[in-house]
Amino acid sequence: MNVIALSTLDLSMAAVLVIILALLSIVLRLKLASRIIIAAIRTVVQLMLIGLVLKALFATESLLWVSLLAVIMLLVAGREVMARQQRRFGGLWGYGLGTLSMFISSFTLTIYALIVVVGTDPWYTPQYAIPLLGMMLGNTMNGVALALDRLSNGAWQQRTIIEGRLMLGQDWHTAISDITRDSVRTGLIPIINAMAAAGIVSLPGMMTGQILSGTEPVEAVKYQILIMFLITAGTGFAAMLATWIGARHLFDERQRLRLERLTSNTA
Amino acid sequence: MTILRLEHFRVAQLEAFDLCTENEIVCLSGPSGSGKTLLLRAIADLIEHGGEAWLDDMACSRISPVKWRSLVGYLPAESAWWYDSVGEHFINRQSPYLEALNMPADSLNWQVSRCSSGERQRLALARLLQNQPRALLLDEATASLDPVSVQAVETLIKEYVQQNQATVIWVSHDAAQAKRVRQRQLEIQGNRVIEVAL
Repeated sequence: MNVIALSTLDLSMAAVLVIILALLSIVLRLKLASRIIIAAIRTVVQLMLIGLVLKALFATESLLWVSLLAVIMLLVAGREVMARQQRRFGGLWGYGLGTLSMFISSFTLTIYALIVVVGTDPWYTPQYAIPLLGMMLGNTMNGVALALDRLSNGAWQQRTIIEGRLMLGQDWHTAISDITRDSVRTGLIPIINAMAAAGIVSLPGMMTGQILSGTEPVEAVKYQILIMFLITAGTGFAAMLATWIGARHLFDERQRLRLERLTSNTA
Repeated sequence: MTILRLEHFRVAQLEAFDLCTENEIVCLSGPSGSGKTLLLRAIADLIEHGGEAWLDDMACSRISPVKWRSLVGYLPAESAWWYDSVGEHFINRQSPYLEALNMPADSLNWQVSRCSSGERQRLALARLLQNQPRALLLDEATASLDPVSVQAVETLIKEYVQQNQATVIWVSHDAAQAKRVRQRQLEIQGNRVIEVAL
């Protein structure tokens, strides 16, 4: 089965729907019209660009270019994690903490999936490597952002309790354990829910895409299961790592709570 | 015998000072905002400070903060509670100090949220003493207590000092209380910590 190619006219007919939505939002004074249009234009431009990049990348099959794109994806995800936190660490830590956790978790698991599970040849075959990493990073990013936001806000709000526990001679790990446990749990809940609902409430995007492009549904399902497991593990490991390193950095070498290391993101 | 010694100790706006207390109760007074709480928190190594604190021959900076804080117990003016029931905060859900503090034995089964501030203050003292600290840093330990409970706390602390050879720095605004419990008196005047002759 061949894919039915979409023409510019086809896409324009879909775009009309978004324009109608924007007009409706003006009528209803939602103050969203310009945001809808800008976001729609961004979608077109960004996806077109990545389409061209992927086309060129698939043609070259070079490890260097695959790595370069992977690093750019990581850096953008890192920035996104930082931007989503109400309170975050000042300086390089604010950016580095989430980015490092995502790097360790997503890259390791993607390479594991490519080499051990799927067995692509060469292992960095861009048709597999880039979409896999993209899905890993996208989900890991959500988990890490949620976990770190919970950690920093929790520590801020419960500083009296954390210090109260330190005073009684508890170590930093125990003094903040309620908050770290809560943070990891918060980071993991969305992906656990997604696993539980997969196939019944929602048809995952990747699987749908593969089916649309002619893959046997059962084959598409197998890939979706692989992806689900990978992103669940990846999100969990990254959330744990980010929470642990972040919690440690809330204390100094004398295990004193150092909340001044957090800066408020009032924007 | 316990000796708590501060050497060129410096925190916030206070000038560096030395202090040596030995098996005694030292009261500390000074106007609000003069740095009394900061000083106690610094001695407990909860905030950054200059100089060194010694407990007998142990330097604060040389032993683990966890060990230091169990040996040098700090009781804040407002205690923190993190479990629902009082008893969960106590080792084996028991405490030998409840009676002396006029608290019923079943108070360990109470919900923290239903305790009055005075009850919490006394329970926090009982909780701190279970570590058997060698030095006690008390920050307005009787501020929200009725006269009977104030007396109970004072008696308990004096007994604890005697029996455990402990030493105490006690921040108190109440001059009459200071007179009842102290062997020595410190005062913060401006940026300086000075000893008042008795």
